[in-house]
Amino acid sequence: MLLKSGTVLVTVAIGIAGAIALFWALNKLAELLPSKWEHRLKPYLLILPAYLAISLYLLYPTIVTVINSFKDRTSDQWVGFTNYADLFTDKAFQSTLFNTVLWVIIVPAVTIIVGLAVAALTDRLPSKSEKFVKTMIFVPMAISMVGAATVWRFVYAYQPAGETQTGLLNAVWTSGGAEPVPWLNTSTFRLNTLLLMVILLWAQVGYAMVLLSAAIKSVPAETLEAARVDGAEERQVFFSVILPQIKGTIIAVGVTVTIGVMKIFDIVYTNTNGQFNTNVLANDFINELTTNFNYGAASAIVVILMIAVIPIMIYQVRNFKEQEAAA
Amino acid sequence: MTATATAPAKKASSRRVKQGGLSEVRAGWFTKVLLGLLVVMWTVPTLGTIITSFRTLDDANTSGWWEVFYKPEYWSRLTFDNYIDAWNGAGASSANFGASFLNSLAIALPATFIPILIAAFAAYTFTFMEFKGREVLFILIVSLLVVPNFVAFIPLQNIYNNLEFVGFPKVWLAHIGFGMSLAIFILRNFMTTLPRSVIESAKIDGASHYGIFYRLILPMSVPALAAFAIFQFLWVWNDLMVALVFLGPGENEPVTVALTSLKGQLGQGWNLTTAGGILSMLVPVTVFLVLQRYFVRGLTAGAVKG
Repeated sequence: MLLKSGTVLVTVAIGIAGAIALFWALNKLAELLPSKWEHRLKPYLLILPAYLAISLYLLYPTIVTVINSFKDRTSDQWVGFTNYADLFTDKAFQSTLFNTVLWVIIVPAVTIIVGLAVAALTDRLPSKSEKFVKTMIFVPMAISMVGAATVWRFVYAYQPAGETQTGLLNAVWTSGGAEPVPWLNTSTFRLNTLLLMVILLWAQVGYAMVLLSAAIKSVPAETLEAARVDGAEERQVFFSVILPQIKGTIIAVGVTVTIGVMKIFDIVYTNTNGQFNTNVLANDFINELTTNFNYGAASAIVVILMIAVIPIMIYQVRNFKEQEAAA
Repeated sequence: MTATATAPAKKASSRRVKQGGLSEVRAGWFTKVLLGLLVVMWTVPTLGTIITSFRTLDDANTSGWWEVFYKPEYWSRLTFDNYIDAWNGAGASSANFGASFLNSLAIALPATFIPILIAAFAAYTFTFMEFKGREVLFILIVSLLVVPNFVAFIPLQNIYNNLEFVGFPKVWLAHIGFGMSLAIFILRNFMTTLPRSVIESAKIDGASHYGIFYRLILPMSVPALAAFAIFQFLWVWNDLMVALVFLGPGENEPVTVALTSLKGQLGQGWNLTTAGGILSMLVPVTVFLVLQRYFVRGLTAGAVKG
């Protein structure tokens, strides 16, 4: 153990020293060049390490993954669109896709609504209580999804009828005489998927709340005063004065949460591993990769996900360009 | 995320508490009750886990954790054993949280600190130097922010296998690569807000780019560096997917993987998952609470992770 802690510290030191040395060398290298070339080349040398990392870990793999998605399970033979055709005709995968779409539709919307409500309501509290409420709601964000699954086990746990219920939800549910329900195994109306969503909401509503609260506080007080002087009720002030002014932040939060939800994995993996009709794309990908060793199918799933992400990517780039032009 | 949309927010969250917004209106009893309920809903699951982590397996299997509050007979049986067993890896489980705790540190620290400098240089270059292709190269960064990082898993596994790479460097390098675009994005957004006049005058005094970077820009960027560091640390510490694919269960497993394997074992060992779960949360929650201010600033400065 001591050895390991030593190794950790040494690695951090070597890593940082190495990075400094690398840039020192790159800088020296640039200075060796004739001054005209030095100025031209130096920027490229300084961004080189970053782009090497990005190329190796994102660009190159993306290309390989697209290619692999048209090959068989061991990436040896070309199979055309077989992987995609197999996926889309598979009932289980259709259900997986449906679940992922449910996540993407429901979670961002509820995250924003609850986050907005908490942000707006806490704003009316004295500042100490405001801070307390916000911290309590924000803290789950620091917890891993595996940790969250451990925590929520004591809410969703199920014991057969007649035994003492150790899960809070069943304890409340059966207190009125009802039969206990195995919540996470019950896929009627996708109940279990909805309950898994609750865990994610628990974990990330704080994120939306913090950003939206900051936005609400930055709404100029004059605009609110003006509306109140004109006789607007608080409800109207919120919906027709504040809301339009924080639209940008709402969209930003929505986009971020949507991207996160499209890749949702840990919650499903640790709670049900996709059983009982709860599977989602990322979990299916991991199963194809680490259990079935079907690289073709795994790659095809990633490509489907990447295609789904493209509209968001275009939106982001356009948004960025607009902001740069405005700045 | 989007710099302009949240730029005013960045300012607001830093110090001032009450100014604009709805603060004119005081909360009525309905609001207070609603928020109180919300806080209860948010904390009860965690409270249940904490209490269960001090209970014996028998008690936890045969009664709800809340019964501890009104049945004094459970009090005398509260115990630290779950923590001791989880830490040392005793009992039916093979998971050893003491070791996986160190593994998590061994993964998260280098994966947090190494990319910062690399990204800072790139961000500096993008902000303060003119060169051909600057816009296109930066737009590449912006678009890569949303690419799911698991595109990289299969190709990387092949590379790692061919190079016979083993152990932590596999995940360090992966997290460095995956975190790079976000790091450059956050740092560059921050650096564009730094006063250009300071840099211009340093240039006139004959300072080199290298000198300006180390003596001026890096110290001035500490808030953004801290924001990214916290973000990356939490992300790597809590990561399950990358660890599962590149390290898997075994001697190099971090806490997330250890906890997952423990969760899989029903029956005998499960009481250790509560203690293990609480242990795995201690570090990120502490980092988070202590450095919350920086973290919030990092969020508002724009955070999407691919």
